[in-house]
Amino acid sequence: MLEIKNLQARIDEKQILKGINLSVKSGEVHAIMGPNGSGKSTLASVLAGREGYDITDGEVLLQGNDILEMSPEERAREGVFLAFQYPVEIPGVNSTYFLRSAVNQIRKHRGDEELDAMKFLKLVKTKMKELGLAEEFLKRPVNAGFSGGEKKRNEILQMTMLDPSLAVLDETDSGLDIDALRIVADGVNRLKNQNNAQIVITHYQRLLDYIVPDFVHVLYDGCIIKSGDKTLAHDLEEKGYDWLIKDS
Amino acid sequence: MSTSADTIDEFVSSDYKYGFITDIESESLEPGLNEDVIQFISAKKDEPEWLLEWRLKAFRHFEKMENPTWPHVKYPPVNFQEISYYSAPKKKGDGPKSLDEVDPKLLETYEKLGVPLHERARLAGVAVDAVFDSESIGTTFKEDLAKAGVIFCPISEAVREHPELVRKYIGTVVPYTDNYYAALNSAVFSDGSFVYIPKGTRCPMELSTYFRINAANTGQFERTLIVAEESSHVSYLEGCTAPMRDENQLHAAVVELVALDNAEIKYSTVQNWYPGDEEGRGGIYNFVTKRGICKTNAKISWTQVETGSAITWKYPSVILQGNNSIGEFYSIALTNKAQQADTGTKMVHIGKNTRSTIISKGISAGKGQNSYRGLVQVGKKASNARNFSQCDSLLIGNKCGAHTFPYIEAKNPTASIEHEATTSKIGEDQIFYCNQRGLETQDAVNMIVNGFCKEVFRELPMEFAVEAQKLLDVSLEGSVG
Repeated sequence: MLEIKNLQARIDEKQILKGINLSVKSGEVHAIMGPNGSGKSTLASVLAGREGYDITDGEVLLQGNDILEMSPEERAREGVFLAFQYPVEIPGVNSTYFLRSAVNQIRKHRGDEELDAMKFLKLVKTKMKELGLAEEFLKRPVNAGFSGGEKKRNEILQMTMLDPSLAVLDETDSGLDIDALRIVADGVNRLKNQNNAQIVITHYQRLLDYIVPDFVHVLYDGCIIKSGDKTLAHDLEEKGYDWLIKDS
Repeated sequence: MSTSADTIDEFVSSDYKYGFITDIESESLEPGLNEDVIQFISAKKDEPEWLLEWRLKAFRHFEKMENPTWPHVKYPPVNFQEISYYSAPKKKGDGPKSLDEVDPKLLETYEKLGVPLHERARLAGVAVDAVFDSESIGTTFKEDLAKAGVIFCPISEAVREHPELVRKYIGTVVPYTDNYYAALNSAVFSDGSFVYIPKGTRCPMELSTYFRINAANTGQFERTLIVAEESSHVSYLEGCTAPMRDENQLHAAVVELVALDNAEIKYSTVQNWYPGDEEGRGGIYNFVTKRGICKTNAKISWTQVETGSAITWKYPSVILQGNNSIGEFYSIALTNKAQQADTGTKMVHIGKNTRSTIISKGISAGKGQNSYRGLVQVGKKASNARNFSQCDSLLIGNKCGAHTFPYIEAKNPTASIEHEATTSKIGEDQIFYCNQRGLETQDAVNMIVNGFCKEVFRELPMEFAVEAQKLLDVSLEGSVG
């Protein structure tokens, strides 16, 4: 599904990613953990194609295609979804309209028929019900005036509707109460199947109680310094990162 | 993927679709401004003596005035001697008697502009007066309108056919002494539309005038007068385009609206004059005075979508003279490239229980400078006057500017005046967010801009709301790289 080979990136002359290697197969959930400033969010941004980063070396293959050459919207249409750490407010733009435009762009790219307003509404309402979201959401402008928790839930709704092959969740758990956390986790677990993969970037073990990862990686100073299974997350919870950092 | 370039900064260089020139033989007056020119125009239009006198008085007044410097726009002084004040397609013989006899090149021009004039392709339910440089070349649906008693014709024709009506109302809302460009217009005005809606009549279709500047070095000085008799109703729309030329061209119009007791006038503008290029070369100077007067229970509503012109300087206003009268102003002004706009409105509350609403949406992209300037004035006798103003600015990129100049003068303690203003920016992060959901940058910008403007689009007649939205999209094309 995803092959990251020796990925190096910098921003304003500062090297942030110093050679990331990561292989994610279909059906897998990978968690990336690490202390602040280790490069977790940079990795997410680089995968999604945010501007402002210089890729100095390495490659990223999604189903065999080099995505580093693609624009952000091309990557999105190829199936990369980023759940933002700080979802952006777009005042004046109706959520339903926004989401339908996005869904149809991606459907068009896949060669599927675009959804008309009625079909879309039916689909989105079903998904919202599954996620336990109020229909109210659809009438409001995108993220405008949403609470932190609402924004994150909106990300999950979008993810559900866009049905990505690779979902990257950038600290989606930060600032969430336990109920919101469950909704987020539930959305991720529902999405999971044998044809897609998820990368969950998080600070805390807490989220991993709900989303059980197949692999856990520790990112420190731009490199993955340790990989393991879900027990690694528990070790980190107990011992922190220091013991790993000393070793590295 | 090593782009650190600013996405939004590269957002310039859209093509102006209407920049073509119609190759047609014109009869143009030599450039220059003096009393002979005014006499020539008046004679050309076969005007009565009183109108020539009025023009000359206006000209003498104009000569004593100075170019206003208070607008927040920069441009070199206009040399009025370099402008031709009259240009019209050359007529063969007596000139066309009906649209069938109009030069096919002209019909083709309007067809290209999306305003077909010949019978089979006309816009259903919309009567059009087509003004080409200084002359109206034809008006559609004239007979149908006449059946309802509605007069819709070029103002020069109205001067000949209905002199009593023109004489009664012209200059009553915007006197020639009003301002510099109104004085100039009164002296040299060429053509424009005249509308008269009889008492108790609801105009059976939308009326529309399409202004086209074609000839080089020519100014267009149109004059429009709309009179809605008691308890009548009319919806009127104007559209404007001009070819791409390197020189600036002056368009100084005057529009007067008279809404008598219980009458309602809805006036919509979709202005798309050539805006000039990125460096500010060329484009139209759009210096316009638009004002309406409301008698008792009357209502005037201005809706404008301003996307063109190098410089826009206009303040469609309403004098709320009659008790319970209503004034509205809905505006979208877009400045891209090197465009400058200083636009807004004046709501003058004189009568009791008068109400006004101002919704202004300014969008600045490229190096555009956009100013809202509005006056809400409540006179001593205007008890219970109410105003609500909302002025929102949207910035795209880092080189543009938005400015707001609200003026409030209230002389009656019972007045209630509310003013809200916001400024927001389309950020890189919003664009990236949309991109990440699979949307193209241009679509994202259009979506955000349309969302920002929807309160104003809602006010446009349906046929034109879609047009206006498309126009806005086109005007922003290429404004994000």
